[in-house]
Amino acid sequence: MNPVPGIFRILPEVILTLTGVAVMLLDASLPPRWARRPLGWVAAFGSTFALWASLWQISLPMGTGFSGTVETSAFTVFFHVLICGLVLVALLLSLDTLPEDSHHQGEFYALIVFGAVGMCLLTGAVELLLVFIALEISSIATYVLVGYRKNTARGPEAAIKYFLLGSFATAFLLYGIALIFGATGTTGIYEIARLAPTAQNHSLILAGLGLMLVGILFKVSAAPFHVWTPDVYEGAPSPVVALISTAPKAAAFALLLRVIYEMLPTLRPVWSPLLWVVAVLSMTVGNLAALRQTNVKRMLAYSSIAHAGYLLAAFAGLGNDGIMAACFYIAAYAAMNVGVFAVVTLASGYNEKLPLIDDFRGLIYRSPLLGSLLIFFLASLVGIPFTGGFFGKLTTFSTALGGGAIWLVIIGLLNSGLAAAYYLRLALAAAQRPAGENAAVTAPTVGVAVGAALLLAVAATLVLGIVPGDVLRAAEAGAHTLQAPPAESGAP
Amino acid sequence: MNEINNSILTLILLLPLAGAALVLLAPDRAKLPNWIALLTALATLGLTLHLPAHFDKAQTGFQFVVNLQWIEKPAIFYHLGVDGLSLWLVVLVGLLAPIGVVASWNAIRERRKVFFALFLVQQTAMFGVFLSLDLMLYYGFWELSLVPMAILIAMYGRKDGPRAALKFFLFTFIPSAPLLVAILWLYARTGSFDFATLQLWVASGALPAGALGWVALTFLFAFAVKVPVFPLHGWLADTFCEAPVALAMVVAGKLGFYSMLRFHIGLFPTQARIVAPVLVGLAVIGILYGACLALVQRDFWRLMAFAALSHLSLITLGIYGLTLTGWEGAVYQILNHGVVDGALFMLLGVLYDRYRTSEINAYGGLAAKLPRTATFFVFASLAMIGLPMLGGFVGEFLILIGTFTGVSKGWAIAATLGVILGAAYMLWLMQRLFFGPESKLAASAPPDDLCVGQLAVLWPLAVLMLVMGIAPMLWLPAIQAGPHPLQSLSTLFHGEGQR
Repeated sequence: MNPVPGIFRILPEVILTLTGVAVMLLDASLPPRWARRPLGWVAAFGSTFALWASLWQISLPMGTGFSGTVETSAFTVFFHVLICGLVLVALLLSLDTLPEDSHHQGEFYALIVFGAVGMCLLTGAVELLLVFIALEISSIATYVLVGYRKNTARGPEAAIKYFLLGSFATAFLLYGIALIFGATGTTGIYEIARLAPTAQNHSLILAGLGLMLVGILFKVSAAPFHVWTPDVYEGAPSPVVALISTAPKAAAFALLLRVIYEMLPTLRPVWSPLLWVVAVLSMTVGNLAALRQTNVKRMLAYSSIAHAGYLLAAFAGLGNDGIMAACFYIAAYAAMNVGVFAVVTLASGYNEKLPLIDDFRGLIYRSPLLGSLLIFFLASLVGIPFTGGFFGKLTTFSTALGGGAIWLVIIGLLNSGLAAAYYLRLALAAAQRPAGENAAVTAPTVGVAVGAALLLAVAATLVLGIVPGDVLRAAEAGAHTLQAPPAESGAP
Repeated sequence: MNEINNSILTLILLLPLAGAALVLLAPDRAKLPNWIALLTALATLGLTLHLPAHFDKAQTGFQFVVNLQWIEKPAIFYHLGVDGLSLWLVVLVGLLAPIGVVASWNAIRERRKVFFALFLVQQTAMFGVFLSLDLMLYYGFWELSLVPMAILIAMYGRKDGPRAALKFFLFTFIPSAPLLVAILWLYARTGSFDFATLQLWVASGALPAGALGWVALTFLFAFAVKVPVFPLHGWLADTFCEAPVALAMVVAGKLGFYSMLRFHIGLFPTQARIVAPVLVGLAVIGILYGACLALVQRDFWRLMAFAALSHLSLITLGIYGLTLTGWEGAVYQILNHGVVDGALFMLLGVLYDRYRTSEINAYGGLAAKLPRTATFFVFASLAMIGLPMLGGFVGEFLILIGTFTGVSKGWAIAATLGVILGAAYMLWLMQRLFFGPESKLAASAPPDDLCVGQLAVLWPLAVLMLVMGIAPMLWLPAIQAGPHPLQSLSTLFHGEGQR
């Protein structure tokens, strides 16, 4: 069999890079008075194409390219499709909500696409230095996007916070990589997996794993590394929050799965209790803090911390089941979360004149479509059956129960009961009759692009809740490949 | 005919959903959403009537069964079926749907599309609860049934909808989190969500008894909140005050009782037997407590809530008395209570829409102005009190007889006292609303009595109450065929008791 050319192994990344470069160059060379909005469509087209390329990659035999640094497998395809889909939704959302007079629209679209390159690469990388580079590509793009609203005080503040704390986290990750390199003499994940059990310096590997976990858990905003989340979500433009609360987290979870299940599976007795504690902390801290919020975006920020906790509960499951449940939960969480932020973007407006829960009062009377969609996505976040959120929780918790973690499941489900209180506060505010000033607010219009974004999110949430069979099978295939050694090494 | 029998349950589930989609797509003008909802509800009622027409009473076990794999892992099946227990409950839900639509006809003026779409989704959820034989599917519909209810209470609440909606939702949602843990625990141990399989597993004694006790308690707790059983009734009064009439008439009772019979006593007979005396005690307290509180209410929605607590507690008594007579009476009383409550809620809703108050003392002397309303109200109240020849009598009589002979004479006497109090508060309510000197409020509004549409609903209900009182034999055979698994359990109980 002919070896697969390395370029095919990174085809989605190549397409995304070309798209990003094209958008950037067009932005620079088009006359300044021309609208930059069409560039968003170029970016959306590029990410659709990348999504298609990711799907095509499933026909490639599993293996690595570029001297064994990048892998394609069912696992990477699963995350590539997810990330490309999320980027597409975020782009469609931005197309209709960024103000027309914004001079930097071209940059904005290019940065989203460049960020996507990093996230995709992160899920495919099987070499720790490439992991680090991919993480940096994705992070730096998102740091800039967070500070996109330069005219507000909160925008730059959020960007600086995100940048400083994010740099620390990446430094932790890098330090961990260095320690593991010191212990094993390699940065290849498969090599480390082979050498680690017999390595002389066991404590060095443990320290390395610990430091790497700090870096990754920061990126998924799990407690106690979550403090940046509410401030950043509040300051960043809502379409950017829709992106950064889902896609980079999905990529980081893919990395986490790879590190603990593929690189250091033998250290399960070490990481399993650690993640148990982090899971319980994340859901409890996230939910308790969310109960007290009055700002919708801050509330949803804490809710995303809680969801990171539910997701980490899947790691209590055994082997394949745990990975499968985690993959499925990421997809379900991403679909509903991107949806809820899409609605919030439209309802509060780009400049966020209406950021509070009380401002959402009467949304269903002002705009039945947005109101119903908000309630739908919140119901999914609560975990109402026949939505993705329910099935995610079901697979996660039943897997954890299969792994014997009954207390984790009880704490998790009590937490989800608690969480219903604050989701419901927002949902019921939206369902209530409008009063006072709210009654006068005109309903936001839903354009074609945003309509498509909402449709994608609703369809994904419903499919994951009603006919999750195919996605579960894809997740299972991914889980299977994560634990199998690579079959083929591509030409260097 | 066979094809219809095979797909009838799926059709019953899907038709309201299709109606909901149609309501959303159609424009909101000239009562179009109302008409679509009404036609859907009537068509669904027609479909549910197919079930008793083709139900084989001689055969035990489930009929019209559909069993398809839905998801491989976890192994969830689309498994539906009907037996004598659920048969009439399904028809009851089908019957209450058009009544609900008519009751909302003029009451709902804003966002009619959202209202009727969610109302129809609620129908599907309730049908799903009664039809599902896969525990996960059942749990799905059980949870789903909370959502339209909560949203509609918040949207159309009379005073403080969101607060009542939050209370309702959390009261029922939080106990169902442990319920899910329990279901998942059973799955982790047995690898199945299937009702019949789990029944065998539980009966086989292969599962650890201690844990099983907790699992059964978790099930019971979730159902008891939903019924509600005293002292878990905190949500009931607020929900009755705030919920649109069409939803208030279905919110309490049915789902919880069915779940108790099927998934608590049906699945965990041994464990249920241990807690039964506690529930009998709580039920008797609930009967008396509810009746006493109903006597002192000044708001007719709150009065109806405590009256409901009292009547529902009587049914709980019938169920956990663990006698066959009691069970028959309980199932019959669930049906009767559904019909009577439907009529009473509709009539009170008419009064509320006209006079915009639920303060009982503001009313008075309405009988002269609204003779039809008054007549139907008196009729339905008498059926509720348990006047012989009307539906309420049969159920109450069977429950009390079952309690008297099978449980304890003392409890039966105490429960009968509650029935007497029930007559007192209903008659007094009637007197204050419709008789006596005409109040200022009654004089203020023009005398427009029930319209044709409302009469078209109330007449059949009144006839039904009468037929249910005179000819219970039309229903009881199927009900007796229904708790057949219960019957064997009952012999089990008594056999053990004698040993």
